[in-house]
Amino acid sequence: MQLEPTIVSSINNMANRMRRSILEVALEAGALSSHLGGGLSFVDISAALFGHVMKYDTDNPEWKERDRFILSKGHGVLGYYSALYDIGVITKEELLSFEKSGSFLLGHPVKNRAKGIEFSNGSLGMGLSLGIGVALTNRIKKRKCISYVILGDGECNEGSVWEAAMSAAHYQLNNVVAIVDRNTLQQTGSNKQIMDLGNAADKFRSFNWFVREIDGHDIEAILQALLEERPQEKPLAIIAHTRKGKGFSFCEDNNAWHHAVLSRSQYEKAMEELPTECRGESW
Amino acid sequence: MVIDEKKSTLFSRIGSRAAFGMAMFELAPGVDDLMVLTGDTSTSAGLDRFKKKYSEHFLDTGIAEQNMMGIAAGMASEGFNVVTATFSPFQTLRCLEQIKMNLAYMQHKVVFVGLASGVVLGNLGYSHCSVEDIGVLRSIPNLTILSPADGAETAKATAAALKHPQSVYLRLTGGANAEIVYTEDYNFEIGKGIVLKDGEDIAIFASGTMVAKALEAAHKIEQFGKSCSVINMHTIKPIDAALISDTCKKVNLIVSVEEHSVIGGLGSAIAEASASIANKPPHIALGINDSYEKSGAYEDILEHHKLTPEGIATSAIEGYKSHV
Repeated sequence: MQLEPTIVSSINNMANRMRRSILEVALEAGALSSHLGGGLSFVDISAALFGHVMKYDTDNPEWKERDRFILSKGHGVLGYYSALYDIGVITKEELLSFEKSGSFLLGHPVKNRAKGIEFSNGSLGMGLSLGIGVALTNRIKKRKCISYVILGDGECNEGSVWEAAMSAAHYQLNNVVAIVDRNTLQQTGSNKQIMDLGNAADKFRSFNWFVREIDGHDIEAILQALLEERPQEKPLAIIAHTRKGKGFSFCEDNNAWHHAVLSRSQYEKAMEELPTECRGESW
Repeated sequence: MVIDEKKSTLFSRIGSRAAFGMAMFELAPGVDDLMVLTGDTSTSAGLDRFKKKYSEHFLDTGIAEQNMMGIAAGMASEGFNVVTATFSPFQTLRCLEQIKMNLAYMQHKVVFVGLASGVVLGNLGYSHCSVEDIGVLRSIPNLTILSPADGAETAKATAAALKHPQSVYLRLTGGANAEIVYTEDYNFEIGKGIVLKDGEDIAIFASGTMVAKALEAAHKIEQFGKSCSVINMHTIKPIDAALISDTCKKVNLIVSVEEHSVIGGLGSAIAEASASIANKPPHIALGINDSYEKSGAYEDILEHHKLTPEGIATSAIEGYKSHV
């Protein structure tokens, strides 16, 4: 499939804007801390979904025909809220209220469909089942919408992920797309050390999913994986090889940034790594 | 759903599970966007006829209760009226966190039905008994808990649960040829206990299968010269605090009786609701005595824990003598 080069560069720009937003949120959160690493690792995927692939209406967030974004790895909210800000569903003020008393943007998503948040998540291993429930409903109602579910590779330790995986294939749900953020790290170590997921693609294939395996930071590859024709009788799993903390050298592939406090000097250093056009006063 | 003597007899003869299935079959045409999910338990839930006639409203999610509750919530979030049914331990404890997150926290309305709760399957061992379900569910906000007294009330509770705005746990107890409490139509209202018999010395609060046993126990108690109320507390949550308060002001002893652990169930709910009532009467709490001892035949387990008319009456009279 041939993609217009302007689309790829526009998604790339969006991802960079989102990274800037994430820096601002993490700095503002201060000692409240944030899940920086797991939020940054799927920013390119999130940008591709919200910036080009998914259909939604920002004036009518509860439009029944919308595609659904479900962040099953709920701690990755920075990669979600920054997208909602970028598309104009939440304001800068709301974004910067992250985790503060009275905010609706907590450290894990809290269902708020008027603000683009489909479900409450945070307890791992539950999002795919919700996405399947929505997909079954949309099939019955003959709506052409897709449930996009973002899973962590650490999250795939949860048995309920595999209950859900078995059922999506059993029901032949071609309107479910699971994207595994395969950053190879989880809270206290690597997947390999803690609980090895092994070959994620083979696992999903053996559950009778159609599988694509990509570099999760290659915008063109992400778009191709999401948009290219695929079999009509299977759910799609995209195993996206990513780097936790992607975008900033001090936190990339550094698991100390699973959940940590961003200092002013780290913020300033990180800003220098963003493209010039993303560093200005206004963002 | 209207109850008459014929229906009541039938529902209690076939038992609460089959009565639930028949009620669903009857109610289905009147429910928009109905979807019934089971965990490879359609036969156990009495839903085989439903499954055949309303196949587009039925989905088997296999033996995977956590996924079942996620799918249920996903469909409920899109406006479907979802009912799930499997054996009580697997419908509650196995997927407890999915109930918390997907139903209670996000306020997606699902009716989840715990089949064969209590100790009716004692011959299969405590893996298949459920004496903890109310205790764990009661601490979760945004849930309603119903425990119907007989086949007729199972049908009434099913109809009420489908119309209720909040998620409902429907706890089904007892087996086939269950004792009959209701032979004619009556008003079933979620949250409102029903005084089946009035008395002034002792009041027995009962739920599920224990309602019929409490009625029989009350007659035995009266032979000892004490008058006895029997109250059907079909709704465990929200508990009918007003009825508990009125009753506490009237009688000298209250007794709670349930086919559930003495910890966390109806007895605990009554104790919590009555704790601040000045000079409240003493409370004898009968139930499964915080143990997994004595599995085996249903009737033997009930007898062991004094959950028979004789056991309830004796406990009440002894309690009256020592505490009043």
